[in-house]
Amino acid sequence: MTTVQTASDKRFYVEQFERLERELAGSDPAAVRHLRLAAIARFDQIGFPTSRNEDWRFTSVADLLKVPFHPAPRLEDSAVNEEDLEPFSFGEAIRLVFVNGRLIGRLSRISPLGPGVVPGGLADALVREPELLTDSLGRVADFKDQTFTALNSAFFRDGAVLVIPDGVAVEQPIHLLHVALGGATPWVSYPHNLIVLGRGSRVSVIESWVGLPLQAGQEPTFTAAVTEVLLAAESVLDHVRVQRENRQAFHFSNLAASLGTSARFTTHLVSLGGGWVRNESRVRFGGQNAEATVNGLYFGSGTQHVDNHTVIDHALPHCASHELYKGILDDRARGVFNGKIFVRQDAQKTDAKQTNQTLLLSDDAVINTKPQLEIFADDVKCTHGATVGNLNEDTLFYLRSRGLDVTEARALLTYAFANDIINRIAIEPVRQRLEALLLSRSGPLQEAQP
Amino acid sequence: MLKIINLHARVEDKEILRGLDLEIRAGEVHAIMGPNGSGKSTLAGVLAGKPLYEVTQGEVLYNGKNLLEMDPEERAREGIFLAFQYPVEIPGVSNTYFLRAALNAIRKARGEEELDPVAFLQLVRSKMRILHMDEELLKRPVNEGFSGGEKKRNEIFQMAVLEPMLCILDETDSGLDIDALRTVADGVNALRSPERGFLVITHYQRLLNYIVPDFVHILYDGRIVKSGGKELALELEEKGYGWIEREARQTVGASAAGA
Repeated sequence: MTTVQTASDKRFYVEQFERLERELAGSDPAAVRHLRLAAIARFDQIGFPTSRNEDWRFTSVADLLKVPFHPAPRLEDSAVNEEDLEPFSFGEAIRLVFVNGRLIGRLSRISPLGPGVVPGGLADALVREPELLTDSLGRVADFKDQTFTALNSAFFRDGAVLVIPDGVAVEQPIHLLHVALGGATPWVSYPHNLIVLGRGSRVSVIESWVGLPLQAGQEPTFTAAVTEVLLAAESVLDHVRVQRENRQAFHFSNLAASLGTSARFTTHLVSLGGGWVRNESRVRFGGQNAEATVNGLYFGSGTQHVDNHTVIDHALPHCASHELYKGILDDRARGVFNGKIFVRQDAQKTDAKQTNQTLLLSDDAVINTKPQLEIFADDVKCTHGATVGNLNEDTLFYLRSRGLDVTEARALLTYAFANDIINRIAIEPVRQRLEALLLSRSGPLQEAQP
Repeated sequence: MLKIINLHARVEDKEILRGLDLEIRAGEVHAIMGPNGSGKSTLAGVLAGKPLYEVTQGEVLYNGKNLLEMDPEERAREGIFLAFQYPVEIPGVSNTYFLRAALNAIRKARGEEELDPVAFLQLVRSKMRILHMDEELLKRPVNEGFSGGEKKRNEIFQMAVLEPMLCILDETDSGLDIDALRTVADGVNALRSPERGFLVITHYQRLLNYIVPDFVHILYDGRIVKSGGKELALELEEKGYGWIEREARQTVGASAAGA
């Protein structure tokens, strides 16, 4: 048998899966094995998206497919130090740290979330409590037409498992800190988080996707992540996703949430790093009177490409969704916003609002924005809109006439534009830290510059 | 302090200032009055360095330096302050943050230490009292959702905090009711001092009852056509701008006839 050398050939990944199958040697619970097999089979059918695929029209995977990524091996626990994580910390009491998708106990701070409930890793949970997962794993993250979610569902090894029992309110925010670390060959990791909220439970989760600067001899990383969120009736999840990988990194993450009756889900995306970035957020209403707030803030500079893809599916009546995405693009950065809202025939009394605003700081920055509403019900309140603008000259002059130089004035106005999103983040230490980051002299646009 | 010599300026292709001369010495308050379109706001904009205006001729010296070569922020740091006719709203930036950034930029340029938040707050509170400002306004984004009067008061409040040497007020009285006008005037008068100069631009005489000028100039068609003491403002109020227009036409007619 000859090994496929070209990463653009889907066989390159299918063969990697065959090797994974041999490595796992049937150690997975049957349901998980079925999930993997179904996912890789689906991947084999659909392959990689092209620009003919409407959902990928403005984001090319060509650069990604040039790199022969292989699954990241398990690293020594000492590969990452506490000090490496300091810039990404929010001073949280509970945190799970993953390096290339694997839980590192040494760097994690774990305490019980309720009587007998402890957050932990997916790999461990699959061994110890497989029955806990078979009902939820793979249930929300649909991979039918999703290449990278299919790859994740086939290849995942580890990730966070948070199961909040009925009625439990967790006061401390929980930080899931995922570090992408480069190696001598290009590594891909497939972290898979699972967050399950029991009836009437409540928790705040911070999901960080970060990278350490590449050292000499290190190859770029690819993270293809999936986070599945299941909210039972009347549960409340406040979620923040911060993406600060290095500028050479490829980053894909799909946040897929399903909301039960009267559940409330709030998520804020703050996308700063990465070279090639695709942030997906998918929300499905599986009960009535539920409410979702899906906000995002994306920064791009240099040659960064940042694609924000959201799908909000109103399948049932009396649900509300609020979506505000703001972007700031400089240099030759490219941004994409594609926001789809479906309002199905039964989803009467839906209240859906979607807005995308982008600030272009240079003549060469580009945004492709595509808000989309597909409404099949007749008694709904839905609005959507997109604006693209530059910094206002009158405002710049006003600031300069008060003594601020052009750089300071631009930074302040950029901060103001972005802070509109940051201000909405309810998790205090996260809001403060991000605010400080935005205000820092160098500014977020310089973040993670090599 | 400020010397304007034969200043010509235009916006795009339209010439607005056509040979303006004016000198302001430290401690003096000069009022500039004129009908709409005479060039009042252009003069204010040119002095503050608004990029929209192009100076085609003439000189402006500020403390002996060529003002026209300075960026707007340099002018601010050298002590020039323009109270805007239409203050800009800046959503997302609190008044406090903005003002502290401005003050520290100016202090830094002067070689002074930056003020920490506590010292800054003390300074700001003392200035707020003068202008009867609610402290709540400090936390709000700059001018966002402010009434016309609140915006103007905020301009003078900024002026009080930044303590400029040359204060230019561009129609600060427009849109103010009588109480607000008084408050704003009190704020300005509190800043009057032998080392500070004022240029008060207004359409109406009313403001000058409260901010009493040393000199009044009438701007017409881009030039100062008449100067005098504070009585000139009263005369103008009585006779209206039509008087100036007729007089200006006669002058032009006479010089044309003489030629």
